Amino acid sequence: MSIREELENVVPAKLAVERVSKRFFTGQSGEVHALDEVSLQVNVGGFLCLVGPSGCGKSTLLNIIAGLEKPDSGQVLADGKPITEPGRDRMMMFQEPALFPWLDVMGNVLFGLKLKPGLNDKERREVAEFYLKLVGLERFMHGNIHQLSGGMKQRVALARALAPNPRVLLMDEPFASLDALTREQLYGDIQEIWAARKKTIVFVTHNVREAACLGNRVILFSPNPGRIREEFKIDLERPRDINSTQLASYSTEIMRALKGYVTVEVAE
Amino acid sequence: MKRFILSALFFIALLLIWHLLVLAKIWSPVLLPDPISVWEYLKGAAADGTLLEASLVTMRRLLAGYFIGLAAGLPLGLLTARFKFCEDTIGVLALGLQTLPSVCWVPLALLWFGQTETAMLFVVIMGTLWSVIIATDNGVRNVPPIFARAARTMGSKGLHTWFNVILPASLPFIVSGMKQGWAFAWRSLMAAEIYVTILTGFGLGHLLHYGRELNAMDQVIGVMLVIVAIGLLADKIVFAPWERFLHRRWGTGRA
Repeated sequence: MSIREELENVVPAKLAVERVSKRFFTGQSGEVHALDEVSLQVNVGGFLCLVGPSGCGKSTLLNIIAGLEKPDSGQVLADGKPITEPGRDRMMMFQEPALFPWLDVMGNVLFGLKLKPGLNDKERREVAEFYLKLVGLERFMHGNIHQLSGGMKQRVALARALAPNPRVLLMDEPFASLDALTREQLYGDIQEIWAARKKTIVFVTHNVREAACLGNRVILFSPNPGRIREEFKIDLERPRDINSTQLASYSTEIMRALKGYVTVEVAE
Repeated sequence: MKRFILSALFFIALLLIWHLLVLAKIWSPVLLPDPISVWEYLKGAAADGTLLEASLVTMRRLLAGYFIGLAAGLPLGLLTARFKFCEDTIGVLALGLQTLPSVCWVPLALLWFGQTETAMLFVVIMGTLWSVIIATDNGVRNVPPIFARAARTMGSKGLHTWFNVILPASLPFIVSGMKQGWAFAWRSLMAAEIYVTILTGFGLGHLLHYGRELNAMDQVIGVMLVIVAIGLLADKIVFAPWERFLHRRWGTGRA
């Protein structure tokens, strides 16, 4: 494979979650019904946000799509093929950057690339540099992880996830532990990268406004058993500003729905 | 620079106090020799090759035992961290035997192997092995699970994950275990050399032992200084670069 081909956009994948259920057994509280017959579709190149209170199974669903966990029943299809294990076509970003401290910035971005066949070392470095440039960190190529700020670490993690050129990007509250200003910059960046690199993105968050800012669709989950509660379409132009008033009307609507069933359940 | 001067001044003062105590004639010079006579001994022993030869014999034994201990301890530590069965067997054994001061192996080594190099080697290996196993095991258990998960999403699995994620992630623990193993090996070898007289090589411990037999206090103190110097040197040459690397990459002084 030539470097030109490697850097070209891949066709993003279409995801289909079909009646996925998952239970966990914990020592004290007994059983957690994380997902109960959840079905949903993500279009080619779609940007889907999953929102809900903690324990609603949204992260579990993401892990199942990633192939890190197996559902008890049901299946997830990527372009019609069932997902059974992690794969380079679906890369994941976690709440912690999960960067490897024994490698420098470049080494971290190269980690996944080295496992990708068909490239030589020089090409791999070029690819890694390309993505470091994309996230604006090419100057820190040889930096150590501990020297980076939280936002920079997540940028490196993003470059690392993008480097093997996946068709799907799975993001599990990646900005939750960042300060507000850094987060706002990253909202802009991720929208730009999504537009430029054409990925299918599934983004998990408990921040309703963040979901409305990023997603084309926002799906609301309710906990125990984890079910889809409601779906919202966000028809706003991009790039979106998290502080815009139009966005606020969407997020209040989602928030109202969220509060609605949370209080109902408390009352029950 | 200022720190270096302060440190140098401290040691010069120490030597001066030593010298003054000798001049005060509180103890017989047989028990407390002059620093100058210790220096004379060291010069003489260095000139006739005694010191160098003894150091080489000791280092050869130490390195052989140490590397065998490492080569066995690292994989065993990985196994105890990975498999419950190994944890309940080798892991428990290591935990128990690590508490045994390595000099306690000397009588057993003497009875089993007699006054041979094998006995020496055995004692050094026993001094190294258990602490390396425990440090490695501990290191692996302290690797955040998120590292392995992240690696899995990038297509790493099996041995690749072990060699490229788990092992490097536990490096801070492993290096401190290697350092501890080195210290234990060094101590146990000195004990063995003092106890075990063998004809195949005359190490620093033997020099120390014969210094006592001959009431040559200048030799005893001189050899002790050499032993300290070698220990310090090993630390600077072998471990300091690793620790610098860890410090630079991890940004901590964890090792």
